[in-house]
Amino acid sequence: MIKTNMPLRMVKDKASQGLVFLFSVLLAIPLMVILFYVVKNGLGVMSWTFLTHLPKPVGESGGGISNAIVGTLILVGLASLVSIPMGIFTGIYLSEYGNTKTAKYVRLCVEVLQGIPSIVIGIVAYVWVVVTLGHFSAISGGVALGMMMLPVITLSTEETIKLIPKTLKEASLALGVPYYRTMLSVILPTGLNGILTGALLGISRVAGETAPLLFTAFGSPFMNANITKPIQSLPLLIFNYSTSPYEEWQKLGWGASFLLISMIFCLSLITKGVTRKR
Amino acid sequence: MNQEILKIQNLNVYIGDTHIVKDISMGFLRKNITAVMGPSGCGKTTLIRCINRMHELIPTAKVTGEITLYGRDLYAFNPIYVRRKIGMVFQRPNPFPTMSIYDNVLAGYQLNGVSLTRQEKDHIVQDALKKAALWEEVKDNLHRKGTFLSGGQQQRLCIARALAMKPKILLMDEPTSALDPKATSHIEELLIELKKSVTIVIVTHNIAQASRISDSTAFLYMGELVEYESTKKMFTVPKDKRTEEYLIGKFG
Repeated sequence: MIKTNMPLRMVKDKASQGLVFLFSVLLAIPLMVILFYVVKNGLGVMSWTFLTHLPKPVGESGGGISNAIVGTLILVGLASLVSIPMGIFTGIYLSEYGNTKTAKYVRLCVEVLQGIPSIVIGIVAYVWVVVTLGHFSAISGGVALGMMMLPVITLSTEETIKLIPKTLKEASLALGVPYYRTMLSVILPTGLNGILTGALLGISRVAGETAPLLFTAFGSPFMNANITKPIQSLPLLIFNYSTSPYEEWQKLGWGASFLLISMIFCLSLITKGVTRKR
Repeated sequence: MNQEILKIQNLNVYIGDTHIVKDISMGFLRKNITAVMGPSGCGKTTLIRCINRMHELIPTAKVTGEITLYGRDLYAFNPIYVRRKIGMVFQRPNPFPTMSIYDNVLAGYQLNGVSLTRQEKDHIVQDALKKAALWEEVKDNLHRKGTFLSGGQQQRLCIARALAMKPKILLMDEPTSALDPKATSHIEELLIELKKSVTIVIVTHNIAQASRISDSTAFLYMGELVEYESTKKMFTVPKDKRTEEYLIGKFG
């Protein structure tokens, strides 16, 4: 018989359970505080005018942030256009040829790219696109955001495809189906949920990015759908308006924060929905 | 009747530096069931994978020797054509999870971009499912996902998928090892029925199964073809000592 001090052990047991619970609750506090302030200051600003009008010049009240909403959509759209197909194909390559030397270097690059600070990515996009074109543009912002999305999509595609049983690929090949058809018509549809989740995660990651846009998309007070011109985005607008001395603008900043957080929250919900439908 | 449609001559297979299949020559009779048996790791799966060239998925695999179908060298064709003529059923049932039962049966056509009319499709599906003895069980649920079926039904669906391509030869890699005894006997009955129309090569390490369903049996040991005889003969008077020991369960 092992001698034990049962009461003490039970106290320790309860204490550690309590500790784990306590820290989990503490973790939620910063989020709650953020949400509290954003909702408190931002909800009141919400109105139809806010969503559909351009900002008014300083001194006039009212106005909206429609240019930033459209700009964010365009920037995220541009980023997705390049990084989603590229990420998916790279992910397929990594999962298929994961043991080759090339794949190992590619994977290393992707992982390093994921860790590069967003401001640095902004500088790279500045040098590549802004300097080449000679002016700020939506395209350069899209490139910067695309580079940030790429690793998320690549790695999640790789993980998803690795989880698909090899036997499925064999089944298709054994029917005489060429390799590219097997990948496109059997493997990709099977992993669609996982790949979609990766894409949505990538989008929600970049939708709120400010730093890479500071000297690429630059921001603009006008409505703009021309991708070679500077463009406004929600995070940029928040950055500029919240640091401005004008109370009207600060209000718009709160409103934009509320809107941005709501959008990202919705994306997370959609992602959850997609993952559950397995 | 007793025509050798598939012939293997001096087949050697190396994977990396390992010599897996050692100088095997054998012929397969038309509309017969040939069982390939032997202990784990004896090269039986590798042997039949060479027939439809699935071994080519392993980049380090190297093959010497010749395999002919109706006298024509299989290695002179594109593997894609070879695999359309020689169907394969795997150890674990592997229906395509995103497709319905109906689409699973047609997968060989649809993934290969063959366009069919509605009538042709219905005909192929019904025909293949009837041959695979699955029609009665699924005819009212053709558009449900194949993954809702039981393991045995899924395996018969995979057999139907292979049969739909009207293969000359059906290769089966331990098709019942993941199934319960009832599903197994169901599939064995099915195979005996199927050999009326197709030549079957089945890999098994179930000795009893080989004796129940096959016409001739090959015994492989350490990559060598030890004995290849009609099943009756081999199970009553095995010539080689190793065969005898395997059959009475001394190893394996």
